Amino acid sequence: METKNLKVVNQPVVKMDALGLACGEPAFTDDVEFKGLLCGKILWSPHAHARIKKIDTSAALKVPGVKAVLTYKDLPRVPHTTAGQGYPEPSPYDTYTLDNKVRFVGDRVAAVAAETPEAAQEALSKIKVEYELLPAVFDTFEAMKDGAPVIHDEEDSKNIPDAKRNIAAKFDFEVKNGEWFKEADFVLEHSYKMPYLQHCAIEPHVTIASFDNFGRLVLRTSTQVPFHVRRIVAQALKIPVKKIRVIKPRIGGGFGSKQEVLLEDITAALALKTGRPVKIEYNRRETFVSSRTRHPSTVRLKAGVKKDGTITDAEMEITLNTGAYGSHALTVMMCAGSHTLPFYKVKNNIRFIGRSVYTNMPVSGAYRGYGATQGFFAWECLMDLMAGKIGMDPVEFRRMNYIKLGEGSPVFKAMGEGREGVEQTITSIGLPAAIEKGLKEINWYAKAEKYKNQSGPLRRGLGMACMMQGSGIPEVDMASATIKMNEDGSFNLLIGAADLGTGSDTILAQIAAEVLGVKTDDIIVYSSDTDLTPFDVGAYASSTTFISGGAVKKTAEKAREMIIEVAAKIMGEKKENLRLEGGKAVSAAGASCSLSEVANTSLYYYDQHQITASASHFAHTSPPPFQANFVEIEVDTETGKIKILDYVSCVDCGTAINPQLAEGQNDGAVLNGIGHTLAEEMEFSANGTPLNASFRRYKIFSAADTPPIRTFIIPTWEPNGPFGAKSVSEIGINGPLPAVANALANATGIRLFEAPFTPEKVLAALKKANWILPR
Amino acid sequence: MQKNNLIEAKNGVFEITLTINGENRALSVKTGEFLLDALRRHGWKGTKKGCDTGDCGSCAVILNGLPVLGCLVPAVAAHEGEITTIEGLGTVRNPHPIQEAFVEAGAVQCGFCVPGMILSSKHLLDRTPNPSGAQIRKALDGNLCRCTGYVKQIQAVKMAAKRLKKTVAISRRP
Repeated sequence: METKNLKVVNQPVVKMDALGLACGEPAFTDDVEFKGLLCGKILWSPHAHARIKKIDTSAALKVPGVKAVLTYKDLPRVPHTTAGQGYPEPSPYDTYTLDNKVRFVGDRVAAVAAETPEAAQEALSKIKVEYELLPAVFDTFEAMKDGAPVIHDEEDSKNIPDAKRNIAAKFDFEVKNGEWFKEADFVLEHSYKMPYLQHCAIEPHVTIASFDNFGRLVLRTSTQVPFHVRRIVAQALKIPVKKIRVIKPRIGGGFGSKQEVLLEDITAALALKTGRPVKIEYNRRETFVSSRTRHPSTVRLKAGVKKDGTITDAEMEITLNTGAYGSHALTVMMCAGSHTLPFYKVKNNIRFIGRSVYTNMPVSGAYRGYGATQGFFAWECLMDLMAGKIGMDPVEFRRMNYIKLGEGSPVFKAMGEGREGVEQTITSIGLPAAIEKGLKEINWYAKAEKYKNQSGPLRRGLGMACMMQGSGIPEVDMASATIKMNEDGSFNLLIGAADLGTGSDTILAQIAAEVLGVKTDDIIVYSSDTDLTPFDVGAYASSTTFISGGAVKKTAEKAREMIIEVAAKIMGEKKENLRLEGGKAVSAAGASCSLSEVANTSLYYYDQHQITASASHFAHTSPPPFQANFVEIEVDTETGKIKILDYVSCVDCGTAINPQLAEGQNDGAVLNGIGHTLAEEMEFSANGTPLNASFRRYKIFSAADTPPIRTFIIPTWEPNGPFGAKSVSEIGINGPLPAVANALANATGIRLFEAPFTPEKVLAALKKANWILPR
Repeated sequence: MQKNNLIEAKNGVFEITLTINGENRALSVKTGEFLLDALRRHGWKGTKKGCDTGDCGSCAVILNGLPVLGCLVPAVAAHEGEITTIEGLGTVRNPHPIQEAFVEAGAVQCGFCVPGMILSSKHLLDRTPNPSGAQIRKALDGNLCRCTGYVKQIQAVKMAAKRLKKTVAISRRP
């Protein structure tokens, strides 16, 4: 199949919600008014680890305007996970809506609802809490030692593999084909580290809980996972699913942080207590401290290589800091291996050792890249190190070893997300073309030659990194869609898929329009509302285009059958001679019947029925998108500052359903990755208090800081994807860190193993290497 | 210039008069209330709250011809002033060329930063009709975006500049 016959798919259709957003239409969670809305606020723990001995809310309740104060005494004690994952979630059940113990600075202590923010704030200050301070632990390796403070000592938590050693998740796996490192000419071993990183969606987390005319709870919330929110809130508060409706309006970015039940349970609890609508909105500091972060990681990677370029063995040990709770602890850790280990052929032995460890630090969770970011930092640095060791061109070395079309890996089957994976082979790969394109765009070989002899304090260098991700979680993720036809030949497309700013509503409409032979604006999209739209796991794991897109395509095909059936009767034609095109049913002989005539016939005249269809989709494979990244940098060896001169990112996402939106996804992912590389890091005091929980002190790149980023879409056709599509949203974030690390080594001979590569670190490394500037 | 018109609070509430998007308005604002909160409370929801500390630019509005951060300006400071919010620039039925350019260039992803970004662009293009790439980057520097990498937003401002020039050329025709 090819894209050349497609009319709507693979076109840069304008994002359907863009104009409203550009005009400031009230589209987000907090943009609507609720009569009698109370302001909810949460009291946060000032201690890293403590037990609540006494909590007195009487003075808080006396503050005028205060309607409710909740502590752990007021709520059912239900161990659950906040991770918005398929049921049963692979994350431990170690969280309580409110608990009598706090496990990090910024943990929930109590919640209030009041008529005004001022009253709520005053009430917080009047809650008297007596804490019994417990020893705290902040380092993962310390936390695993005998005698370390036990963070989850409660009896009723579930699925914690080794609570006594603070192990929230573990997974080991081995492929053994002989003696370890026997065939290797060289064995390399290094550890690579990433710090606490924040998503920094510009819209803070916000939830409004209210009631409908039947007294049902309605949660209007900034989420990537409306259906998981409904299920987890029902579980945590012990109310039936049927009593909850979750509405996802426009979302101001998520990047994984909103794949989490962060506010919905406590906001709902306050609404249920007061019988009034309640809003809780995080301020920016709270989004840094009390939401979710990337899992800080230590990846030890030991590998053997032969002089001819064969990778003989690979041992990957990953230790993640999951913070106080184990949200996504197992799955992020496994993805660090499952996305990286199949990527390069390892001839003999493969071992993966994974631990996610509790500490008294902020809670980690899902973050774009989801473990692959941490894993590829290590792998792509290693690839350059090994190439250097055997004297091979790093590009050639990668070309020789990356997985090829038709090939599989034992890792696919062994490692899934939280459980065994699914066997698969590569059914589309654009990496050869991506590498070619990137080499050409960055002018790799000519520049490499030029930079061999440099002098002066400014040194330039080139680096590259290749990678893959997935497209949804095979045999776990499921999506569904409903289409109904209107009199004018337009269609309502109802989807549970959660557009959080990615443009998924638009690309799903394009898929429906392509099947139904109409224009994208003939498709009216509604997403997502647990009362009105069918189930979808939500926006995560790079799944929406591939899984939800598959559901929409199937649904549209069913609707097409129904349309053709009616049209065949109107036209007196055989069904098999009809196709849909240009808003009409068209016969092989050239006769046609408009879709509005079909709709009117079915609705009003003959064999009356609503043309409507629903379908679901899940997948047996997760076809990886591939990417080749190239970067040119300039290092100021006097200040240690790295400047990115050019960043070229060539991505194979199969068919880009909407090339403009696909490019946009990648541009944003790359800049986020560049932020991780050069600047971003959450800092903490010795007692676990965050020190830079603001945009002023935690720097994300602004327009003036941003280097040239050039995304190129490398088209392939994925046979298992809708119109040949794979995913695109996450992969781009994984490239900058290893690519820049490699470029820094190329420019100066200095290799850094710990992100971010700040001027201080670069300078210290240059000094350590006795870097002397030739005069 | 700052006018010296004193107003007094009654029970912690100031009654201020101002022009918002070309219309005369009287707003009740609370003591200590910032312009961002006052605007949102009175229904101008296009002005967004991203950080409330003057760092992200989502709350940018144009006050007396200058882009300001609504979360840092006391609401009373807008008394007798003139404000343009994103709603005043254009509407879905009648969008401003900058809004159209942002849409067509693919510069709107989640769209939360976009009202502020567009108002910063407007301020730039009003003064610098032919901005260089560096001037655009500088003008958008106060508006943080985590979705786009700014790539298509910078393209959008370039596109808008071209279109606005054409509009000016047409309107100047005798």
